[in-house]
Amino acid sequence: MHNIYVYIIIMAAVTYLIRALPLTLIRRHIDNRFIRSFLYYVPFVTLSVMTFPSIITATESPIAAAVAFVVAVALAWLGKSLFVVSVSACVVVFILELII
Amino acid sequence: MRDAFPVFLGYLAVSFTFGIAARNSDLTVFQATLMSLLNLTSAGQFASLGIIAASASYFEMAATQLIINLRYSLMSSTLSQKVDTKLPFFHRAIMSFGVTDEIFALGAGVHDTLSPFYCYGMMASAIPGWTLGTFFGVVLGNILPDRLLSALSVALYGMFIAIVIPPSRRNKVVAGVVALSMLASALFTYLPVVSQISSGFRIIILTVVISAVVALLFPVEDKEDENA
Repeated sequence: MHNIYVYIIIMAAVTYLIRALPLTLIRRHIDNRFIRSFLYYVPFVTLSVMTFPSIITATESPIAAAVAFVVAVALAWLGKSLFVVSVSACVVVFILELII
Repeated sequence: MRDAFPVFLGYLAVSFTFGIAARNSDLTVFQATLMSLLNLTSAGQFASLGIIAASASYFEMAATQLIINLRYSLMSSTLSQKVDTKLPFFHRAIMSFGVTDEIFALGAGVHDTLSPFYCYGMMASAIPGWTLGTFFGVVLGNILPDRLLSALSVALYGMFIAIVIPPSRRNKVVAGVVALSMLASALFTYLPVVSQISSGFRIIILTVVISAVVALLFPVEDKEDENA
């Protein structure tokens, strides 16, 4: 029988090392233009991939999520703050799921 | 701190559902809360419940966490270029604990040098949100209406959108990258064969391939990469 606390410690150790090694070991400013460009694009790709299509299946109603997605993109495009965009998406889902 | 509020809300909602799942997997309140406090990661923790339930080997647990959470090392590499090069080891070591999808998103969105204290502020709202949500999820079970949890679950996605869209308006290449990434992600989710790839790997593969190709085709000038 495996000990649940050992599982938890192993998970925590592996996850922490994944996070800590690059940040603690890469201490210099990287001059290579390709690597700098690569790292510049990483957040945009990662966040976009994580958002879509996952957002559609995150809620009870996919339609509500799709509308929330469009509303959030529109508000962000208009330069609304992160707080406004995020809360608006929640409100849209809440209201639409009341109706649908 | 306003930026941190959606993180707190989103974490509370997601970890609440994690708490319910942990309760259904017969974890105690203490075990589930400890797991959330020490791991601070959603996909990895959800996956761990299946592994614990199956009483799989410790190696399998380590390998699964490595695969699901490997994306954090890419994020951590990006952040390494945003912090002051003279930042001492202990700040880096503490900040590392807070490299989650959401804190990374906010950290990457900072215009100039990323201060460790900005990260600590985020962590000060993320860690209690995540841990408390788990605690209440296990203790209370299904007490919150599903509709509320459903609405709150888009908070984090709304945040990601608020981070990638404004730079897309200023920079056509970034706009293309965002659109291409979402399209590719959708294809990888629904097409046969590639949809077998786990979500953790999907994120890593697409991030590495798309970022590398775009970096080759459209290398950034030093000036604009300070706006990252």
